[in-house]
Amino acid sequence: MEDVAAKPYPPGNYDVVVVGSGPGGLQTSHSLTRLGVPHAVLSRDEAPGGMFRRFPIFERLISWTKPDAPVGRKTREYEWYDHNSLVGDEAACGLAPEFMDRSFDVPSRAEMEASLVAFAERASVEVRYGCHWEGTRREQDGFTLQTSDGDYRCRFLIFAIGVTQPWVPAIRGAEHASHYVDTHPPGAYRDKRVVIIGKRNSGFEIGSGLLPWASELVLVSPRPVQIDVLPHSPLRLRYLQPYEEYVRGGAGTFVVDAAISAIERVNGARRVIAEGTTRPGRLEFDADAVILATGFQAPLQDLRELGVETVLNDRIPAQSPFFESLSVPGVFFAGNTTQGARGMRKHGVSPNSTSVNGFRYNARVVAEHVADRLGIERERPRLEQNQVVPLILHELSCAPELWIQKNFLARVVTVGGEGIRDEGIVPLEHFLDTGGEDAVAAAIEMNERAVIHPTVYVRRANRIAEHELEPHPVHAYGGHVYTHEVESLLKPLL
Amino acid sequence: MADRPDIAERLAGLALFADLTPTQVEAVAHRFDEEVFAEGQRILRTGLSGAGLFVIVEGQAVIRIDGIERARFGPGEVFGEIGVLTGELPNADVEAATMLRCLEIPSPEVEPFLIEFPRVMYRMLQAEARRLRITTEWKT
Repeated sequence: MEDVAAKPYPPGNYDVVVVGSGPGGLQTSHSLTRLGVPHAVLSRDEAPGGMFRRFPIFERLISWTKPDAPVGRKTREYEWYDHNSLVGDEAACGLAPEFMDRSFDVPSRAEMEASLVAFAERASVEVRYGCHWEGTRREQDGFTLQTSDGDYRCRFLIFAIGVTQPWVPAIRGAEHASHYVDTHPPGAYRDKRVVIIGKRNSGFEIGSGLLPWASELVLVSPRPVQIDVLPHSPLRLRYLQPYEEYVRGGAGTFVVDAAISAIERVNGARRVIAEGTTRPGRLEFDADAVILATGFQAPLQDLRELGVETVLNDRIPAQSPFFESLSVPGVFFAGNTTQGARGMRKHGVSPNSTSVNGFRYNARVVAEHVADRLGIERERPRLEQNQVVPLILHELSCAPELWIQKNFLARVVTVGGEGIRDEGIVPLEHFLDTGGEDAVAAAIEMNERAVIHPTVYVRRANRIAEHELEPHPVHAYGGHVYTHEVESLLKPLL
Repeated sequence: MADRPDIAERLAGLALFADLTPTQVEAVAHRFDEEVFAEGQRILRTGLSGAGLFVIVEGQAVIRIDGIERARFGPGEVFGEIGVLTGELPNADVEAATMLRCLEIPSPEVEPFLIEFPRVMYRMLQAEARRLRITTEWKT
């Protein structure tokens, strides 16, 4: 029998318990450790890597890493070039490119998994593997997490549990289809007619993977592919070959806008019955296989019963700007699940929280916030007056947190009784809505025309003024014009 | 698992979308983003750009000018439309008075949405007319 006591983090009392050993859990644990927050990490898996131990099915990620950049791999500025590594100590940061064979500037699933295993090792992230979260109880001063190894009591829970549970909308006859997670190897679809329900990432991933195999391919869902917003959307152009074939009039591939009425079984095959949305009218597709690429939900287990409110069709927990459940204080989220913190959605822009590049910074925000709640002192470096404008301009030019979490995270400097303080990276919504000392926040934003530009928010006597700066074609915000502009904005503060 | 209604079911229950067929409601549901706000959380901010149009599904929102409550909105009501339609910055704050569930259309998508669904536009106009009448009554 396995020696349960030899594993790290035996059942007992902890300030914080993190659940999960995917990139979200690993990043959160590393960030907590750097801040000196005592915690335990539990995972039902046997090794680090989370969803990348299995997905994506067609093995190629969609977020880029540039193995070489004008800045060194161990610098903060390099993070902007590398959207797949976790961040932190020098030994553990910038690892993704080490494992890439450079066939593409996006890693394969196996390369990503290897880099996460290396992160856990080099950052010395300890995890109690093979420990299943089984139940959650609220206590007077925190929570009890029931697990296969015993009970953990803690003040704060951080769930980095991914968004990995298949989600299927209410479709009549859905049992005649299989979900994305159960997709067979592509050879199984040779010479078959395949209908894929869903036109987002997983639908197009399967669609482009099956193009060389299927005899006919139909992608169908109510909402049209939004070709005008594609360059800014998480649905990346690399998957769009089925769409390209369809719009150019190719044979055998169809990308259709229709709501699914039913999936029926007809003579051993399937029939998908749909009602056109963009162009009204009944449509029928006969198929040998129907794949539901309808997305995923967070595996929340008993958290709904605990009172956790959800959003996005009950798939994701609704969260505060600090990734805390809106309805159960003390329950936090990390990793892909942080897409439930919607930010201000200025001009409809959502944060990049569904991928490692964005949620690695969310994890740091959670860790810092939890440290604050536990009363653990954090560094807030003092700045001289003449350092403020250069810092703001440097952040606008190359801060990876701002450039990746656009319209969502900001660099904040306060000017108050304690002098001028660098408050680090703060959720923009929190800065705008909570008031406080006079301060400046620098953010990168996308406007209604999808133009990326810097914005400087100045808070004076609890009034916020928003200043949109002109975008620079190569993001060089250090020059005379920008210096002068930011200096004059900050003059009343400094 | 708790059984919570999906976005299409929630939309179908609102007067604003009463004239749409079930297929249209589903198409609309796919264009909306569902947002949840905790009591006290702000949704629209005076003088700040980029807000969209919101339809309340559940809960109450309070409209404040300079911190003073001016109105309250409940399920089925719309806010944010003035800023989106005029292109001007909000002149009030809107915050959640209770746990608030809304459906949001980002500002750049409002015009194409209303043109595609004229029955929704007509219902929205009716609601605006009612609000205008109340405002006019206040002033006389």
